[in-house]
Amino acid sequence: MDINMTLIGQTIAMVVFVWFCMKFIWPPIMTAIEERQTQIADGLAAAERGQQDLEKAKSEAAKIVDEARKQASGILDQAHARANEIVSEGKADGVKERDRQLIAARAEIEQEANRAREELRGQVSAIAIASAEKILRREIDGKSHEDILNKLAAEL
Amino acid sequence: MASEGGHHGPQTSGEYIAHHLQNLQVCKSETGDWVWNECAGNPMAINVDSMFWSLFLGLVFVLLFRGAAKKASAGKPGKLQAFVELVVDFIDSSVKDTFHGKSTLIAPLALTVFMWVFLMNLMDLVPVDWIPMASQAIGVPYMKVVPTTDVNITFGMSIAVFILVLFYSIRNKGFGGFVAELTLHPIAPPLKGVGLLAAPFIIAFNFILESVALLAKPLSLSLRLFGNMFAGELIFILIALLGVWQLPLHFGWAVFHVLIVTLQAFIFMMLTVVYLALASESH
Repeated sequence: MDINMTLIGQTIAMVVFVWFCMKFIWPPIMTAIEERQTQIADGLAAAERGQQDLEKAKSEAAKIVDEARKQASGILDQAHARANEIVSEGKADGVKERDRQLIAARAEIEQEANRAREELRGQVSAIAIASAEKILRREIDGKSHEDILNKLAAEL
Repeated sequence: MASEGGHHGPQTSGEYIAHHLQNLQVCKSETGDWVWNECAGNPMAINVDSMFWSLFLGLVFVLLFRGAAKKASAGKPGKLQAFVELVVDFIDSSVKDTFHGKSTLIAPLALTVFMWVFLMNLMDLVPVDWIPMASQAIGVPYMKVVPTTDVNITFGMSIAVFILVLFYSIRNKGFGGFVAELTLHPIAPPLKGVGLLAAPFIIAFNFILESVALLAKPLSLSLRLFGNMFAGELIFILIALLGVWQLPLHFGWAVFHVLIVTLQAFIFMMLTVVYLALASESH
């Protein structure tokens, strides 16, 4: 347990080992650690940014969908209105057409009735004249009483 | 003397212990020949076993960490790299907590001191007879395997630290500042009046006090480590004398010793950093 040259040997060994550690061990390890630290920090920041981007994209998508929904409902409303319009237009057209046809039919009917009446009147007056002729052939000359007979036919 | 050169004779407990505490020494005798193990009191002797294990373990540390450092990348670390980075980061944060200046030396110094002392202390956990008996079998009579139980080794390291402390003190405070720190504390000498007569005595008193404090640093640093490890080793040797009861006792003491091994390495490292921090901070 005496002090001897081992002491000097150990001191020299320590100087050499510490120097070696300082030159060749510590710097590369520290560099690697620090590099990884910055990498991790960058990665975390990137993840954060990605999260934010995602959030933004989500809200944007929601906005777009909302707008589309609004547009769709607008289009639907317009279509409904247009349909109603068409239906009512159709209805109005129908009513008009019906009225027109009704008027036409009535006019025709009246015309027909008038014609029939005219015809009937002619026939009746002819019958009346014929019957009156038959009667008058015996009593009255047809030619002298023609004006009376015509007046009669017009009155019928 | 205890059995030498592979000779196994009946051994008393005293001989057994003395044999385990004997270094393998080489020195030049008075006749100028190199002689083994006849060097008691010779200041030029070298403890070959301490030196060998110290250098071997230092190389283990250096090669292990250099291997990891060479392959170190910022990417996904391997297992060795993860372990090395764990130790490096631990040392780095310990140093940063204590030493506030900028230095490229302190942290690697602390790492080397911690790992080296730790590995040397760790040799204490190898059962006390294994390596000495194996070396006796190949003809080496003595083999003390725990370098930190050799006061030369611990002193060698603390002296290197002491030289660094002196270097840092003078570099950061200047030679004048260093001398002033040794002479003007803790009692400030009066600078004028009648008190000036007392100033030399006060300065002398301060110098003696501060020198003791300064020299106590390396002394306590090395003796603390040496004392702890020597005592632990001695207890292992004593337990080894107990016959079959040594097994549970050995286990218990080894478990406890794991703590001492780590703690002493940490304390040695931490005090080294603290002394250097004190040396480089001006108050």
